[in-house]
Amino acid sequence: MANAGLLGELMGGIVGGGIQVVDLTMTLQPDVPTIVMPPELGQSWPFRMEEISRYDHRGPFCYWNNLSCGEHTGTHFDAPIHWVSGKDLPENATDTIPVEKFLAHACVIDCSQAAAADPDYLLTQGDVEDWEAEHGIIPARSWLLMRTDWSKKSDPAAYMNMDEEGAHTPGPHEDLIPWLIEERDVIGFGCEAVGTDAGQAQHANVPFPCHYHMHGNNRFGLPALTNLDALPPQGAVLITPPLKIRQGSGSPTRVLALVET
Amino acid sequence: MTTPLQPPKKKDPVARTRQPTQPPGNRSREAQGLTAMAAVGRFALQVCAECGQVQYPPRQICVQCLGDDLPWRDVDPAGFMLAETKLHHANDLYFRDRMPWRLGMVQMDAGPSVVAHIAEDCKQGERVRLSLNLDRSGHAVMNARPENPGQNQEDDMQLRELSTDPKDRRVLIVNGKTALGLALVKAFKGAGARAIYVGHCEPWKASPSLEEIKAIDGVTLFPLDVTDTDSVEKLASVLGGKVEIMVNNSYHLRPGGAVDGLDMNISREEMDIHYFGLLRLAGNFGPVLRSRGADGDHGACGWVNILSAYAQVNNPTFGTYSASQAAAWSVAQCMRAELSGGGVRVINAFAGPLDDEWHQMVPPPKLEPDMVAGRIVAALQKGLEDLAIGAVAEEIAERLAENPKEIEREIKL
Repeated sequence: MANAGLLGELMGGIVGGGIQVVDLTMTLQPDVPTIVMPPELGQSWPFRMEEISRYDHRGPFCYWNNLSCGEHTGTHFDAPIHWVSGKDLPENATDTIPVEKFLAHACVIDCSQAAAADPDYLLTQGDVEDWEAEHGIIPARSWLLMRTDWSKKSDPAAYMNMDEEGAHTPGPHEDLIPWLIEERDVIGFGCEAVGTDAGQAQHANVPFPCHYHMHGNNRFGLPALTNLDALPPQGAVLITPPLKIRQGSGSPTRVLALVET
Repeated sequence: MTTPLQPPKKKDPVARTRQPTQPPGNRSREAQGLTAMAAVGRFALQVCAECGQVQYPPRQICVQCLGDDLPWRDVDPAGFMLAETKLHHANDLYFRDRMPWRLGMVQMDAGPSVVAHIAEDCKQGERVRLSLNLDRSGHAVMNARPENPGQNQEDDMQLRELSTDPKDRRVLIVNGKTALGLALVKAFKGAGARAIYVGHCEPWKASPSLEEIKAIDGVTLFPLDVTDTDSVEKLASVLGGKVEIMVNNSYHLRPGGAVDGLDMNISREEMDIHYFGLLRLAGNFGPVLRSRGADGDHGACGWVNILSAYAQVNNPTFGTYSASQAAAWSVAQCMRAELSGGGVRVINAFAGPLDDEWHQMVPPPKLEPDMVAGRIVAALQKGLEDLAIGAVAEEIAERLAENPKEIEREIKL
């Protein structure tokens, strides 16, 4: 019998109502910005698409495309092997991470006002503790998602917000990350900007602290999310499986959230 | 005085666009020597090594002494107009479309007398200067202008058929985010371009050149990324019917060779921008440009590719870059054949190293963008097809003609 038991209950909620599925994913298209590195360093390929056929002389029956992009393009999953601190950890790549880790609870902290006031806004431990006072302690093995409404910026230049000193986008404070790992045992950190670290994070004491600490502790990253304003502070469940790339450091991911209505 | 060029009226949307035709294009193998000279703006004829007789038309055996060693030498282009006439009838479709057409016979100081296309203000009995120009079929013709040209000489309609003058034409400059892009905008504006369209990609990266371009009157910016097929298609659908001169100044230089310092990502980026990028532009803009080759006095006329002189001989310091430039050069030759059907000329400008951040480690001489842009616009006005810009490019061209092995061995920085 297909719909008996726990899964039956889940599907009942999804199909029959009570559970809403929210898409947290950007559309992959050529102008999706990818992270910008200094020009003398290696660069990630942008998302590109070449038509194979469109019901024409190249293939009368079908429409399909060839794609190219870097692993860290659009809404994507960062695996621990992405960072030097996580390079030797077990089960650290997209093909070896235990698949049950791609399903996890999510806590969403609304920083949209602070980010609107200051594009370099950094989320601190104090901010998270204030949030917990209102919404409860972050459960272990949960994502912490930083809502900034940054993904609502449709102009790629405003989204990247770069000047001569680099990008100015919000992210976590460097002191917050070890605390999230040690005291809250989060599964990872997610946000709406192009990377999980703040735009100016190369200037932190440990450069790119979110990448460094999260991946160094076999935790994950989930940048370039959208629709975080549709999630409750607590209670959503995220589905985040990256493509099974051999020794993959990440992959574009269709991130879905299950939300009880 | 030459009749001044009238700015184009708005195109009648229900009138049929005149289809491109070509002047007679058959030439003997010897006569293609004239094409080679016209392509680079030289006035050279065969001069007999035995007796010194200047030959015209080109031939295998000296007209005077039957010697067969007839090297091409620059000769004095001055002469005297013996006779002039105006052609009012022709069976040739190209000339039928352009009647009346002025022709004359010139007695050259160097010896031969030649039949030439003549400018409007050339008079019988007066001194003239000859030039070799490429016509719309891509072959050389003799062209005479007065020794002391009067006003508006550049507006001469016959001359305009032989050149790719930007005056009153609309130009698309592919990349406005480099110093060369800015210099090109200024140079085309100075040359009287009617509209200048400028492409720009990666909007999240600031560009001082683009900021300066924004402030220039008569310039319109469009998103254009030559690595993105969709972006090129979209812009071609907007601008394809307007662009009369295309300037591909795409540029992505990174050091690295094949054995030393190979980076597949970089070499792929170089190919994507220089080779595939040109293909995307050619495939999307080429057909409509060609179809507009005879669209009035201001029809589509030119496609400029700014290439590196290292397209012609690989510089291993920039090995993969050179290879991508060679690939682009090969496509440009393909385009030359394809666009000639519409009389649209492909102009390949081979430049030496620019004085920019990516050539920081390269010793001088290095080129200033204004100088490069100025040379390109001058070449369009003169109607050239190939040009070497700067001492490095000129030396490469010279040494390749002399001994390709020598420069292949010596080019490494």
